[in-house]
Amino acid sequence: MLHTTGNYLTNKNTGNQVKMTELFFELLNYKFFSNALLASFFTSINCGIIGTYIVSRRLVFISGGITHASFGGIGIGYFFGFNPIISAVIFAVLSALGIEFLAKKADVREDSLIGIFWSFGMALGIIFIFLTPGYAPNLMGYLFGSLLTVTSFDISLMTALTIIVAGFFLLFYKVILFIAFDQEYAKTHKAPVQFITYILIGLVAVTIVLSIKIAGIILVISLLTIPQTIANLFTKNFKYIIYLSVIIAFFGAFSGLILSYSLNIPSGASIIMSLVCAFIIAKLFSILVTYIKISKSVLLLNKKI
Amino acid sequence: MNKIFEIKDLSAGYGDDIVLRDINLVVNDLDFIGIIGPNGGGKTTLLKVILGLIKPYRGTITFYNGRQQKKSENTIGYLPQINQIDLRFPISVTDVVLSGLMSKEGLFSRYSGKQRKHAEDLLKQLGIFELRNKPIGGLSGGQLQRVYLCRAIVSSPRLLMLDEPNTFVDSRFENDFHKILKDLNNKMAIIIVSHDVGTITWYVKTIACVNRNLHYHPTNIITQKQLASYNCPIQIITHGDVPHTVLEKHKL
Repeated sequence: MLHTTGNYLTNKNTGNQVKMTELFFELLNYKFFSNALLASFFTSINCGIIGTYIVSRRLVFISGGITHASFGGIGIGYFFGFNPIISAVIFAVLSALGIEFLAKKADVREDSLIGIFWSFGMALGIIFIFLTPGYAPNLMGYLFGSLLTVTSFDISLMTALTIIVAGFFLLFYKVILFIAFDQEYAKTHKAPVQFITYILIGLVAVTIVLSIKIAGIILVISLLTIPQTIANLFTKNFKYIIYLSVIIAFFGAFSGLILSYSLNIPSGASIIMSLVCAFIIAKLFSILVTYIKISKSVLLLNKKI
Repeated sequence: MNKIFEIKDLSAGYGDDIVLRDINLVVNDLDFIGIIGPNGGGKTTLLKVILGLIKPYRGTITFYNGRQQKKSENTIGYLPQINQIDLRFPISVTDVVLSGLMSKEGLFSRYSGKQRKHAEDLLKQLGIFELRNKPIGGLSGGQLQRVYLCRAIVSSPRLLMLDEPNTFVDSRFENDFHKILKDLNNKMAIIIVSHDVGTITWYVKTIACVNRNLHYHPTNIITQKQLASYNCPIQIITHGDVPHTVLEKHKL
């Protein structure tokens, strides 16, 4: 067992002798830190899976729209005095289904609809927050992410979502993949295309809102796209992109968490910084690999001649 | 011959644009029908109506249960135009072929070794076995077309429908392709949409010309005169010994 003393921790900035690993084990004994770690873990799984669906189906823009629309729910939560995450989940799911439904039935172009929902949600959120008497606590946390203020309630929501998302993908993996790849063909096989698409866009909405605590409204889209983009550099297989994305997302969230704690900056920003760094390194690495492959085959060609 | 389906007085389209008017067509087992007609004449729309992707405005399409067939099983193997899909989607050739078994397998189950073997045999038959683990984004148009053909026939459907399969087929593969279709026709009916009238008349049994209406010819011989008679702005290419017979004119 490790003993923790407050003194020891406050020394961290001055005492260089405190090693990173020790700092980590020290931190583990704090509730806020273990909560943050658990939140990173479950969010990585949720975003790894859902993000792969988003990137493969090119749903990044609609995801951005849903993210910002959910701010309306946060404003409503503040105004009526209940947990903003709950109202944001409801608001985001309704926006997602609304965009999907209206794009199909109302003969309005999908990207225009996304623009409308995007700004409508933001506007509603701003109005309600300004109407709420007093100042809005934690508002910055919702905008930029605050991994260190994750509560046990947040974690139980994330865990439930992980069970649902992972379970859904395990059970229906084949159908999800085929519908995502070619909706029309899936329809000719009488697959429940509409039903599955609506459920998935709903899960996208819930995943986004439950990840807001980690990365913030403005930055959460990164957790759903950067890990997948990195993974896609190394594999073109849907399943492997999911696995790799989960690992990369967790790496990003974890290093972002350490950075956020030690520099006292919003976690959303620090997570994205580490993910972008990882992306640049991975891209350079893949360029190098391609370069080596090309020069090898050129060498072989020259030998043959 | 057993009927597969029958279309009666059917009209269909998109919004207020009626693309097909009062279509009648019967397709039987082991038919081999070439559908020709100008662009925008409704060829693809007809296929989509048959597939149930578009609801007709008027008229009926009735399917008849042939050989012992489960209701859930798909009757039709479909090869869409390949420019419809997202080539950057992360999916492998084998998975695309296996997706042709979707309705046979239900939602949960995983593919059996037997089914994988069957899919691999088809890939071998079409000479693309070595591509089986490649992502579809890395294939040429002709290779992709073959993958799609595998997907369409992996479930051994009663009817195979191909929408412009010649578009990306290289000339080397074209002959093989026709041979493959001929072989398949011993087991299933085929409907093929093509703008290349000259070539398809070589191997289809009958021809339907779709240009808002549908004219059915119970033969594979068609002439320039006929095409002109129903405003088919298509040039006919004569191949060496194709006999030309002038059929009776349509009474419009």
